[in-house]
Amino acid sequence: MVTSVTSFSRTGLSDWLIQRVTSIILLAYFILIAYQLLGSVDYTSWESLFEQTWMKVFTLLAALSLAAHSWIGLWSVFTDYLTERMLGPKGNVIRLTCQLWASTALVAYVIWAVVIVWS
Amino acid sequence: MLNVSLYRYNPETDNAPYMQDFTVDTGDRDLMVLDVLELIKAEYDGSVTYRRSCREGVCGSDGLNMNGKNGLACITPLSESVKGGKLVIRPLPGLPVIRDLVVDMSLFYAQYEKVQPYLQNPTPAPAIERLQSPEERAQLDGLYECILCACCSTSCPSFWWNPDRFVGPAGLLQAYRFLADSRDTATEERLAKLDDPFSVFRCHGIQNCVNVCPKGLNPTKAIGHIRGMLLNRAT
Repeated sequence: MVTSVTSFSRTGLSDWLIQRVTSIILLAYFILIAYQLLGSVDYTSWESLFEQTWMKVFTLLAALSLAAHSWIGLWSVFTDYLTERMLGPKGNVIRLTCQLWASTALVAYVIWAVVIVWS
Repeated sequence: MLNVSLYRYNPETDNAPYMQDFTVDTGDRDLMVLDVLELIKAEYDGSVTYRRSCREGVCGSDGLNMNGKNGLACITPLSESVKGGKLVIRPLPGLPVIRDLVVDMSLFYAQYEKVQPYLQNPTPAPAIERLQSPEERAQLDGLYECILCACCSTSCPSFWWNPDRFVGPAGLLQAYRFLADSRDTATEERLAKLDDPFSVFRCHGIQNCVNVCPKGLNPTKAIGHIRGMLLNRAT
């Protein structure tokens, strides 16, 4: 079996399933946000929406989903194009560097989202 | 007269591949692309190299890229492939070129071998044959007809980028052909070998394979069935 230590869940099926489940969560979240934005929205109503616990939980869930979804997608892109086959001997170093950069950014974004929504 | 642009590369004499133009007298007939190649080889340049055998879409030898679309030269008429009075013929994309239109298909066959494309059943063989019901046999329709011309796998970007790790549409169609076979008992072993991030799941469903298959087969659908079997196995 082909393995990859840097893939999200190490198996193709889990990655595939997680990407689909997270996409449904994100779709639901963005529909909710779009619905709010299309109505009359002002600072007070926006703040009261995000004051509610269910919205905080939903936002956290969406942030985690976005991170997982992005990582699986970016991992596919990186392992397609940033390889030794495509870039020569430096391919693996370039790919690992990009993976490190992307994973750090995604973790930072999740923490940032938690700080914003839960503080 | 037909303008034909042909991919030429002889590693023994050329530093790099180049395109050579021919003006071919087709007599205004709707020839097959293979006929045009035969004309060029017979009347213009005998060194033009390509594979061919049955010349009727059965052997799968003359898979080529014609005006940007993969197909079998022997069953692709000029009326289907010529655009703007010009025909550009290149080897199948993504595989190393041996000479002119002949590619090295080792990677393609390695992936085919990986899926163990043969019936596995350790139980003693019956005196005559392993029977199937008509319904069980019907499960193999649309799967067994593949002639391994490689038009599908070499039109798949995922196979271009990872030909050593992604099985590719041709291999996966054959993988499902044996997964779907009621006589085969190695389903679990076959699925276990496919459940990694590359072998099956590099398919993003863009259906280039379906678009080019000269036999009208649907590898994307077979890959979907494999995904479904992997999901059922794991949940």
